[in-house]
Amino acid sequence: MATDGDDTARVVPVRHYGQWVGSVVALVMLAMLVHTLLSKVPSTTGQQICHTTNGVRSCHPLLVWRFGWNIVFQYFTTSEILHGLVTTIELTLVAMALGIVIGVVIAVMRLSTNRLLSTIAWSYTWFFRGTPVYVQIFFWFFIATIFPTLTIGIPFVNVTFIHIHVNSLLTAFVAASVALALNEGAYMSEIARSGLIAVDEGQTEAASSLGMTRSQTLRFVVLPQAMRVIIPPTGNELISMLKTTSLVSSAGVVELFGATNNISAANFEVIPLLVTASLWYLIVTTILSIGQFYLERHFARGALRSPPPTPIARLRADVRGVVAKFRTPRVAKGVSP
Amino acid sequence: MPMVEAKGVHKHYGAVEVLKFVDLTVARGEVTCLIGPSGSGKSTLLRCINHLEKHDAGELRVDGELVGYVERGGKLYELSDRQICGERAQIGMVFQRFNLFQHLTVLDNITIGQVKVKGVDPDTARVKARELLTRVGLDGKEKHYPSQLSGGQQQRVAIARALAMEPKLMLFDEPTSALDPELVGEVLDVMKDLAKSGMTMIVVTHEMNFAREVANTIYFLDQGVIEESGDPRTVLTSPSSDRLKSFLSKVL
Repeated sequence: MATDGDDTARVVPVRHYGQWVGSVVALVMLAMLVHTLLSKVPSTTGQQICHTTNGVRSCHPLLVWRFGWNIVFQYFTTSEILHGLVTTIELTLVAMALGIVIGVVIAVMRLSTNRLLSTIAWSYTWFFRGTPVYVQIFFWFFIATIFPTLTIGIPFVNVTFIHIHVNSLLTAFVAASVALALNEGAYMSEIARSGLIAVDEGQTEAASSLGMTRSQTLRFVVLPQAMRVIIPPTGNELISMLKTTSLVSSAGVVELFGATNNISAANFEVIPLLVTASLWYLIVTTILSIGQFYLERHFARGALRSPPPTPIARLRADVRGVVAKFRTPRVAKGVSP
Repeated sequence: MPMVEAKGVHKHYGAVEVLKFVDLTVARGEVTCLIGPSGSGKSTLLRCINHLEKHDAGELRVDGELVGYVERGGKLYELSDRQICGERAQIGMVFQRFNLFQHLTVLDNITIGQVKVKGVDPDTARVKARELLTRVGLDGKEKHYPSQLSGGQQQRVAIARALAMEPKLMLFDEPTSALDPELVGEVLDVMKDLAKSGMTMIVVTHEMNFAREVANTIYFLDQGVIEESGDPRTVLTSPSSDRLKSFLSKVL
């Protein structure tokens, strides 16, 4: 639609008034949140601060951070907390690594044409997904009460090769890892199964027609493509596991939450230490999320024509866009490019 | 000895009979086209030849050896997975939907079979892969992923992938049916070159011109039965059965 003398019509973008209103509301609420987080309240101990000016003595209540930030930062990097953090991370990684391996094996068994294998896999998932992880954790902690010793030998005959005391084998950390891994394996198996099913059957046929064995097809063709479907929910599981490890504190493993609990049991500063724990969980979760983003990008190769931009690339593109907007000379009226 | 010999091959899915006692002979170095309406059993027959499908009865031999079984003392023993894989590695197959490995580059698609199945060392495999890419006219596409190629290009990569295994027989399952019309030619050209080089080929196709031009023998299947067979001129120009006449009137 050329208008008199101008060969290009002006483009008026759609105005999103609702977005503006929404943004203002969100900003106000953010301000309220920050205000609350940084507010100070009279000390619950009733402590007062008094001083004398010009012979007049005046007193006012002692103000302290509502969220006890001074206490948070006092404990944030103490060795007790850092020790707990390391235990949490170790527990998460061990349980998750074992869980993924168990999950993939169970998923492959479940999809096998062998009825025995698929029934075993189904039963595994049924059992470990059907009982609470908290219960399972305690079960492994107390397993030594029903099986004090572990014997490897020939069943029903009096021949033994190895004889171990279960308590010396299953330390608190090992028991916790076993409990979390076995439970995780059940959930991971469903995730892995959905990934394996998502790979087109034609891929398997093409691999077979090249003469690949079933295990080669699985390793070189199906699993790498299933990863694209498996990774996002696995990242979710990893982050979930990070926090589920806090359950083992009640069974005596001093991980992050256990460590903060021990401290607050002594100094009664419950909320500040919960904040300390939360901050650490958030920091680790953030790092894991970043890792997940790049992992997803890696396994998306081939599936997308161009990989999604990294946040840094997107930021750069945004900056470039804004700069370009201000730099480009306006096209003179009537002059077409 | 013919490259492929089928005698009374029978296949059913439940109560549905897909192949009814099919006889077929494919001589070495010849191109055989299987034509027929959809659901006639052409693809099933092709897939039986490399044992992607098990036939239920009859005798199917490739290069003189039974497919999927071994004969000992008058009994047929089913082959193990590993043995079947060994048989398949010598038969190339090209699919209607290309089925390139989506997570691998073009080059890796062509080398993976050589390296993992035949144990060729990766460098040698890459050299061969590049040669084959040149042969199918796709120089410079080594680093591309399948999703970045057109259908015709993907199908040519698929042909190169199959050829990399140095097969003695190539099976094509409607290789141009999923392609845009303007891309069909480039794939058929590669197949014609391959036929000229003396490769034994069995092609399930709806491209009657290709069949007429390239095939040594045409088999017309309908409802699991071979209705007619012979050299292309006779089969396509003077069909004797009514079914083939009505089929040709629809596709030509």
